Amino acid sequence: MQVSMTVNGAPVTEEIEGRMLLVHFLRDQLRLTGTHWGCDTSNCGTCVVWMDGEPVKSCTVLAAMAGGREVRTVEGLEQDGVLDPVQQGFMECHGLQCGFCTPGMIMTARALLDRNPDPSDGEIREAISGQICRCTGYTTIVRSVKWAAAYEAAQVTS
Amino acid sequence: MTEQLDAGMVAEQIADADALSSPRRGGELGRGRRRKEDAKLLTGQTNWTDNIVLPGLLHMSVLRSPMAHAKILSVDVSGALEMPGVIAAYSGADLAEVQGSLPCAWPVTPDMVHPDHHPLAVDEVRYVGDGVAVVVARDRYASADALEAIVVEYDELPVVLDMESAISDGTPLVHEDKGTNTCFVWPFAGGEDYDATKAKADVVVKRRFRQQRLLPAAMEPRAVVVAPIAAADDYTVYSATQIPHILRVMLALVTGIPEHRIRVIAPDVGGGFGSKLNVYAEEVLALVVAKKLGRPVKWTESRSEGFQATIHGRDQIQDVEICATQDGKVLGLKVDLLADMGAYLQLVTPGVPILGAFMFPAIYKMDAYSFTCTGVFTNKTPTDAYRGAGRPEATYAIERIMDELAHELGRDPMDLRRQNWIKHEEFPFETVCGLTYDSGNYEAATEKAEAMFGMAALRAEQKARRESRDPIQLGIGISTFTEMCGLAPSRVLGSLSYGAGGWEAAQIRMLPTGKVEVVSGATPHGQGHHTSWSQIVADALGVPFEDVECVTGDTDSSPKGMDTYGSRSLVVGGVAIHRAAAKVIEKARRVAAHLLEAAEGDVEFRSGTFSVKGSPEAKTTIQEVALATFAAHNLPEGMEPTIDADCVYDPENFSFPHGTHLCAVEVDTETGFTKIRKYVCVDDVGKVVNPVIVEGQVHGGLTQGIAQALYEEAIHDAAGNLVTGTMADYLLPTAADLPHFDTGRTETASTTNPLGVKGVGEAGTIASTPAVINAVVDALRPFGVNNIDMPATPERVWRLVQSGGSR
Repeated sequence: MQVSMTVNGAPVTEEIEGRMLLVHFLRDQLRLTGTHWGCDTSNCGTCVVWMDGEPVKSCTVLAAMAGGREVRTVEGLEQDGVLDPVQQGFMECHGLQCGFCTPGMIMTARALLDRNPDPSDGEIREAISGQICRCTGYTTIVRSVKWAAAYEAAQVTS
Repeated sequence: MTEQLDAGMVAEQIADADALSSPRRGGELGRGRRRKEDAKLLTGQTNWTDNIVLPGLLHMSVLRSPMAHAKILSVDVSGALEMPGVIAAYSGADLAEVQGSLPCAWPVTPDMVHPDHHPLAVDEVRYVGDGVAVVVARDRYASADALEAIVVEYDELPVVLDMESAISDGTPLVHEDKGTNTCFVWPFAGGEDYDATKAKADVVVKRRFRQQRLLPAAMEPRAVVVAPIAAADDYTVYSATQIPHILRVMLALVTGIPEHRIRVIAPDVGGGFGSKLNVYAEEVLALVVAKKLGRPVKWTESRSEGFQATIHGRDQIQDVEICATQDGKVLGLKVDLLADMGAYLQLVTPGVPILGAFMFPAIYKMDAYSFTCTGVFTNKTPTDAYRGAGRPEATYAIERIMDELAHELGRDPMDLRRQNWIKHEEFPFETVCGLTYDSGNYEAATEKAEAMFGMAALRAEQKARRESRDPIQLGIGISTFTEMCGLAPSRVLGSLSYGAGGWEAAQIRMLPTGKVEVVSGATPHGQGHHTSWSQIVADALGVPFEDVECVTGDTDSSPKGMDTYGSRSLVVGGVAIHRAAAKVIEKARRVAAHLLEAAEGDVEFRSGTFSVKGSPEAKTTIQEVALATFAAHNLPEGMEPTIDADCVYDPENFSFPHGTHLCAVEVDTETGFTKIRKYVCVDDVGKVVNPVIVEGQVHGGLTQGIAQALYEEAIHDAAGNLVTGTMADYLLPTAADLPHFDTGRTETASTTNPLGVKGVGEAGTIASTPAVINAVVDALRPFGVNNIDMPATPERVWRLVQSGGSR
């Protein structure tokens, strides 16, 4: 079957098997390998992308279900060569080690800040609690998101 | 446009002050550099093994045994061959001539039972997940589909799952032809005779501790891609591995393909924690299948497949006995260990408990130590090294039993530790195991940790809660740990019958433009090696941090190495780099003296510049020297052009990080739920190259150790099925489960290496588990509890409260 969607702002039309998962469509067919596949049960969250602005686990979405939608992946976060403040925050505060969970964490964190620009530690932990990081123990991820929030707040006030 | 914030300022405001404001020793060392590795990881520009696509690439899937123990009567792959997109399918019998047997590099005793371990089972399957057949197809969906068309007839055999049954008479045998489920018995003793020492003791305390089976669960699943040039019998193996160099040697030995025809590349690797420190069936299978077909083959594990087919960790039963005088002096320690090997031996399976053997006495002085480990086969996935590998188990046992001894004697647990630990002025200290601890300061780490923790106030609150019979009880747990890491002196590994050395190789190449390439045989998989090593080289050579590039993870470009495990990449790998840098400076100084027309002894080197004593205007930079040696127009007589330096460094000793971890838990005695209220740790990992990376390693380690204490357990049913076979069932902690960590450091330089470093990769994991469980037991003391199995789930806690401590 044929599916059409927008991926990171660009229209895409592809032939797919009806059962193809969005994560495999992105990785194998579009070669957007920043989105990862880390479990079979929608627990790890390394596959989080946005569909119409909402974070979804792309291992639990058929590519066909994304037809007509706007999909955004980690590759689409950087703007004009400038890292998104969330990406920058992860770099500043050592919010990643192996980096395998990182794109999913960043997509969720970006979505959180878009609806809640000043989250508490608890709200950040809650937001990323559907995802697993095996390296950091999460404290530095919380710091990274807070860095991004502080950075964006400083931009607004100055 | 808005004003650009100073990113560093914001980070410093938010980040833990201790990490970023650590004293700088000048130059690069001790500086909290942002990581070089991050840019690509943050933007998705990574090169995981599963990302690799090659012309003609085929996908391999493995059919796995649904039974824990059975004879294979027949395997019929013909149905799979008729499925769309399928190129080939093989049973174990089809590959019997070429697949070889997977290696175990650590035969701990001469008479160790070492069964064949075929990548695909041929006659018999011995655990759920044992490979039975493979399918190779055009894409991953087609190969997965075709597995279902393979027909296997099994004749079920009785299973043996628990170690005590496995070593009792008349039990089913995992390997019938071996006549026993005992893999080895490894005895060890140090100091005086234990029984004679025990006879002098006033107090003897015994406990049985269980180290539950754990799943390492690195976030990147394992994957392998093999690209053959069949006509040349030449193979490139891409693998999500911690050990490309060891893997190359072992693939050659297993398959008979000459070592120099195999190139192994570890691309970006997403975590390992020991689980990628192995030589796996799928690596061999992808190689032999790619060789057969003359086409590139990829295999990527699914998570539920990996939970069965990637090594498990821990799984020991520890019978521990400590004896002491009435006034608290520890006299001796006796440890009787059962260690579950699983169904086969993987790369270092038998060696894991042996590494731990030396760590049970830990930081304490004692007269006698007796240790016996029995390795046991069961019908389960093989165990092997998981973060800490033997040392977390040992640390748990000693730190738990010290608390029990303190309780028995009516002593404060920290006070008892203080009485028995090695005093800072007693270093270097030879332990009852014969190890020489070069340095340490347990007093300083403890003093700092207690101050951060607020011990007095928490003890007062505990007392109040006990007196008021508050349903929420407070418990305080201590772990004053040490570990041995920086694996390892080759001669020591040899004396323990390990099959390889513990050295590490480094090369530094000065490029004509003044940039520097650093080659290491240690192989990163998320730690930030390139950043730390760049700091070492920038500091030593006086070149900009940004001008240093590290080359790793490819046996073509970094041909020699012992890879990454055992917290060795700084302590061994980093020291090799540091020594190579010294050789670069040595040669460059001779060139500089020649160019400056000065005697070599008069040329000083500081911050990247050579100058002549007494004539400060006569100087040249190391970059200018590099260009001069590249052009080679004017070199000292007989000198070879260019500046490269190699070092292969074999450490003289292990390193011994230590620290004091303090944990306060609130235990709801009505629901059994445990909440970590406060976690403070002060680690002494020696001199620190990058405090931000060190803090990250500590945090991650703490998390895995806390997870063992409270959450994780690989559980099998009576038939040997892994019940916790997915991430929905195996409780990996999320951000919502974990506390904030208060971390601090003391810095007692290691005296066994010039950088004074000790290693930090495993420390948090080793230290944290007993701190948490000691806290849980402390909270439950009023209920008669003096032990609890891990993980301390609400159900276990609740049952103990109900039953007054009997398990």
